[in-house]
Amino acid sequence: MLVHLPILQVIVPLIAAPACLILRRPKLVWLFALFASSLAFIISILLLQQVMTAGTISYELGGWSPPWGIEYRIDKLNAFIALIISGISTVVLLAAQTSIEKEIPKDKQPLFYILYLLSLSGMLGIVTTGDAFNVFVFLEISSLSAYSLIALGKDRRALWASFQYLIMGTIGATFILIGIGLMYQMTGTLNMADLAVRLPEVAETRTITTAYVFFIVGVCLKLALFPLHFWLPNAYAYAPSIVTAFFAATSTKVAAYLLIRFTFSIFGISFSFTTLPIETMFLVMGLLGIFIASTVAIYQDNIKHVFAYSSVAQVGYMIVGFSLSTPAGLTAMLLHMFNHALMKGALFMALVAIMYRVGSSKINDLQGLGRQMPLTVAAIVVGGLSLIGVPLTVGFVSKWYLVVAAIEKGWWWLAGLVLLGSLLAVIYVWRIVETAYFKAPILGQQPVKEAPMAILVPVWLLVSANVYFGIDTRFSVEIAASAAKSLFGVAQ
Amino acid sequence: MTMILGLYNYWVVIVLMMIGFYIIIAHGHLIKKIIGLNIFQTSVFIFYISVGKVEGATAPIWQEGIILYSNPLPHVLILTAIVVGIATTALGLALIIRIKEAYGVIDEDEIQAMDNQAMVNQDKEHQ
Amino acid sequence: MVGIALAVNQIKDMFAVVMLAGIYGLVSASFFVAMDAVDVAFTEASVGAGISTLLMLTTVAMTGRTEHEASHKPLLALILVAITGGLLIYGTFDMPYFGSADAAVHNHVAPRYIYDSMKEIGVPNMVTSVLASYRGFDTFGEVTVIFTAGIGVLALLSVAQRPKDDAAIEAINDSMHEKHLILRVAIKTMIPFILLYAFYVQFHGDYGPGGGFQAGVIFAAAIIMYAMLFGLSAARRVITQPFVQLLSALGVLLYGSVGVVSMINGGSFLDYSVLAADPIAGQHLGILIIELGVGLTVASVMIIIFFSFSARREYQQANKGASL
Repeated sequence: MLVHLPILQVIVPLIAAPACLILRRPKLVWLFALFASSLAFIISILLLQQVMTAGTISYELGGWSPPWGIEYRIDKLNAFIALIISGISTVVLLAAQTSIEKEIPKDKQPLFYILYLLSLSGMLGIVTTGDAFNVFVFLEISSLSAYSLIALGKDRRALWASFQYLIMGTIGATFILIGIGLMYQMTGTLNMADLAVRLPEVAETRTITTAYVFFIVGVCLKLALFPLHFWLPNAYAYAPSIVTAFFAATSTKVAAYLLIRFTFSIFGISFSFTTLPIETMFLVMGLLGIFIASTVAIYQDNIKHVFAYSSVAQVGYMIVGFSLSTPAGLTAMLLHMFNHALMKGALFMALVAIMYRVGSSKINDLQGLGRQMPLTVAAIVVGGLSLIGVPLTVGFVSKWYLVVAAIEKGWWWLAGLVLLGSLLAVIYVWRIVETAYFKAPILGQQPVKEAPMAILVPVWLLVSANVYFGIDTRFSVEIAASAAKSLFGVAQ
Repeated sequence: MTMILGLYNYWVVIVLMMIGFYIIIAHGHLIKKIIGLNIFQTSVFIFYISVGKVEGATAPIWQEGIILYSNPLPHVLILTAIVVGIATTALGLALIIRIKEAYGVIDEDEIQAMDNQAMVNQDKEHQ
Repeated sequence: MVGIALAVNQIKDMFAVVMLAGIYGLVSASFFVAMDAVDVAFTEASVGAGISTLLMLTTVAMTGRTEHEASHKPLLALILVAITGGLLIYGTFDMPYFGSADAAVHNHVAPRYIYDSMKEIGVPNMVTSVLASYRGFDTFGEVTVIFTAGIGVLALLSVAQRPKDDAAIEAINDSMHEKHLILRVAIKTMIPFILLYAFYVQFHGDYGPGGGFQAGVIFAAAIIMYAMLFGLSAARRVITQPFVQLLSALGVLLYGSVGVVSMINGGSFLDYSVLAADPIAGQHLGILIIELGVGLTVASVMIIIFFSFSARREYQQANKGASL
């Protein structure tokens, strides 16, 4: 069965989804979904082990050898991302049953889990596949389920946010489709490895330049890279809390993965970074994203909005790492993808707990919550510290590597800017902490109890991961560094 | 001259794409946005199919005595893409129905205005 | 076609716009025939001109016909469109010319599909062999997309059971359907033939254009016609909602289980050659079953979507009736 791991990674949640429809009872469906997601998580661990020891795995779907059939191709990079996605998904699902009970009507709960699993398998499918068109198909699976999940939010604004996301997402996907079509037209193949071989021959043509631009713009829409981010804050703020926790930690990572994969493995560094002024463009967008989005985050009154804008800013950090176009920069980006998943997962999960008890995520409704829900608020504090980049948390690790990478390139000013960006994070995190600890509860408001265990356990799992991987960096750094090296090695 | 003839087809497709794209971003009416999306996508489909066409060939269904067929691969891809398109359309329309129920209108500006109204005191929110 | 697209941009009456969009679908379908893409044309005709027009009309009926003035920010949009379009035109300059046989597309991957599929898979329709076998996993993804859409629409539009309104709905139905006696009789005689045709398309996909997807749509169309003329409650009596949902899940599972069985038999996922002693027979069997899975899911999801749309409509009308 070990040879089938690459495909099992995707089809376990995918086949589990329709099977949920047969089970019907919400609680059963939840257990089943949790089971499927953990299975996917275990598979991703095994895959990562295999890749780290034995190198790239190729799996031929339908028994047809590539480029005629579709190939699954697992290397260090996508094994790492798949691990992040399935891991977060499993932890988030632990709390889903408790949280969903309050936020989604009973008759729709089974549908929720089905969509959740579909979304998971869509993301895993994008990450594991070695075929450009297959990316598009799985992108749509994950997007369509994402639109529906967001629209399940209680507030009517969830509907509007979902619709905006649908329009932007579909434009993005169609741009990607155009990009793939142009590449196919020039090379006659859709297999990624084969594309990488055949593209250099035609790299000089205007058609390929156009293809690259379309692909990148499409991906950046999905990535919510500033200034293409405006669908994201509302989508995150009004979706059911569980959905936000899941997406905030994973979905931008998938888009970032696509960016890396196509830039490094398919078009190749020599094309991507010399034909076009991509580096400068990304650097500017990344920095603008960090500063503008962080500033906007300071003025938000809904914590979900605060963290959503903060996500846009964090994407900025990833892109800055990307734009350095050195192995060290890419390592920083990959590390930040891993670390950001942990911190945003922890923060949004803590919000799940607050939504469960308080029923609102307005900053003002948090007054005095520090005493009523000490564990939850403490989780926000640790997550917030990590977001800022305080030592002993994962946030510090990624900032550290980013700064080192910038200095290595001789860009001291960039290192300074990155640190300055962290100061903005201090402000928006402090606003929340201050309200929760130092403001007296609003008079006449019912005091609330600490969140139930079912939510607290996953919250603290993620929080301790923040601290653990902040201290013991061997695991994440080793994988990120060797993935980055091999990407540069392959391309040069 | 050969260039114009050889690429003419693609240019028409691009014009169609751009009309669709324009409808999506310029119009506030939600159903019209979805229709624009459809036109945009359909034009991309036509582009793919044009790529697969071989002059003087026939449809890729095997027959005795015919050697020249059009390329079947783009056809397969577009079959998939059409299905994806209708799936998106259905979901988008379902959302529109719910938006109409919740807001009473289906025009982008009006919805945006109502949302802004809802967060009236401190609205730093905009696109 | 450009004319139609421009008209869609200009006209404010949504009903006309939707009709034009339908015609646009039909015209592009005929364009696909001219380009030798018969399978695609078949699908586009049934989807672009059929199902999606139907859904849009339902939506228009529920949301009102006219578009407000003020198509805002035309300038910004125009600039954006000009840049995108300009870039695309720029990209065309190095393209191989339309229809030229020595383009890269026709010389790398495609020849194997064209010249070897007959001996490797034994199905004359190359589109079917690529779709179902060479790139069978894409099609699995496609079925999942459709399934996702069905579940998504269900999650958005399904209404909790409301028996108290049934009488009112019944009344609306009766008033609507008494009038069309001739249509009803005509359609009633047509439905069996449509269903039969759907089965023909389903199983004939190996030889001519057609296959699970198209058959599914046609099958769903027959049911939808029945529902339109005889009322939703009547149609619901024929097929119940949970049953259809079950079928849609079953289609995906059927497809997936073919893959799992081929893994158990020692091949890789969706490798049909190991399904039977003879590889060609295995391919035939595999394609037959997965096409069935596709047809099943597509038909039932289409029915789910249509039922959800019109059930929502009845629900709205009933609510309106109650409040009056």
